[in-house]
Amino acid sequence: MLKAFYYLLLRDMRLALRSRHELANPLIFFVLVVSLFPLAVMPTPERLQEMAPGVIWVAALLSVLLSLDRLFKQDYEDGSLDQLMLSPNPLVVLVLAKVSAHWLLTGLPLVIIAPLLGVFMALETSSLSVLVWSLLLGTPVLSLVGAIGVSLTVAVNRGGVLLSLIVLPLYIPVLIFGANAIDVASDGMSVRGQLYFLGAMLALALSLAPLATAVALRITASR
Amino acid sequence: MWAWIQKFSSPKYFYGMSAKLIPWFALSALLIALYGLYLGFFVAPPDYQQGESYRIIFIHVPAAWMSMFVYVVMAVSAAIGLIWQIRLADVIAASSAPIGASFTFIALVTGSLWGKPMWGTYWVWDARLTSELILLFLYFGYMALQASIEDQRMADKASGLLAIVGVVNIPIIHYSVEWWNTLHQGATVTKFDKPSIHIDMLIPLLLMALAFKLFYLAMVLVRARNEALYRDRNRRWVRELVEKL
Repeated sequence: MLKAFYYLLLRDMRLALRSRHELANPLIFFVLVVSLFPLAVMPTPERLQEMAPGVIWVAALLSVLLSLDRLFKQDYEDGSLDQLMLSPNPLVVLVLAKVSAHWLLTGLPLVIIAPLLGVFMALETSSLSVLVWSLLLGTPVLSLVGAIGVSLTVAVNRGGVLLSLIVLPLYIPVLIFGANAIDVASDGMSVRGQLYFLGAMLALALSLAPLATAVALRITASR
Repeated sequence: MWAWIQKFSSPKYFYGMSAKLIPWFALSALLIALYGLYLGFFVAPPDYQQGESYRIIFIHVPAAWMSMFVYVVMAVSAAIGLIWQIRLADVIAASSAPIGASFTFIALVTGSLWGKPMWGTYWVWDARLTSELILLFLYFGYMALQASIEDQRMADKASGLLAIVGVVNIPIIHYSVEWWNTLHQGATVTKFDKPSIHIDMLIPLLLMALAFKLFYLAMVLVRARNEALYRDRNRRWVRELVEKL
């Protein structure tokens, strides 16, 4: 079972690394969206600083949302998803492997590039670490919850808008606590509560979302 | 027991039974609503702070209650449909969604109409308002998924699972929105705590809540009847029904 997890993770990473441009797109999108905001308003440091948590988090949310399609769509179309579902290994474990690969390929790069954007948005150096922590705890939840949405819409043609309609409301708690943590940090207060809450949501999503995703795949991807 | 459930939940039996129930529900909803509105608009005393404009709560509060109640009904019947493969439960879930969305919409509109004279603005990012808005989005997501999968069985199961995921999420969303607001600025004008509601206001409020519930029952039966008929359009009992006309 662990082996299956490992090999599937490796396979997904390898496949993704073969098409690097596709891998870079969500990241470029993330940077691009954030840099649109200073252009749209008068970029005084105070104003940027005030907007920064919300802007960075919303951009991260949308960037993950756009990359979700890659999670199951291709495997569904070329039939390898059927093979995965036929395998004797529990589907939950396989789902978890795929989601982990997705996060390593899209969530983690966002976390790494985020301090740069923090500098763009005139965040103080002291809140940059909170920005990284909040994204580190929050983006896996986005991948996990997003997987439920993708698996429900995998059989729908042109399901992009539908996917965002389903997934975005479920992202709201992560957005609230993620952005709020940075907000509170730039006021110089303790962010422990917000980060604990993000961690709790991660634990909950990690334990329940793969189950729901596996059930959803059995419903929608069975032909 | 199982055979009884099977019989009771067959669309044919449901179609006949619901025809008998609908007039009762609809009529009692109408009568109770009329009486409740009379008590609420003419008998209940004006509020010492808000004057007459508080009277919108006799619509607003029951609608808000129903918006959450219907979502739970939807999720529970979707779960029943998923677990025990009872088709009627799927029909009920699918027919509940538009009604629940309408209740949510009514709650939002009446809330903002009340907010204008009270808070001086139509919209405040108050915790309760915000979670009601998110609830509306959840309804839309359910309905969109239900509509965009062509295979009916698959659509029922997939949107049913979404409803269950939504029900797990609603408390998380609700509390995070609440904490978000209190973390931000603390309770200000937007929160008004009624110490205890006057009995003359409480009675019409409860009557209206009952009337809304009965109205929902009547509406969901009407919708479910149509839905059951439509889904079974190629089955024998529907054909026999049509031939009798």
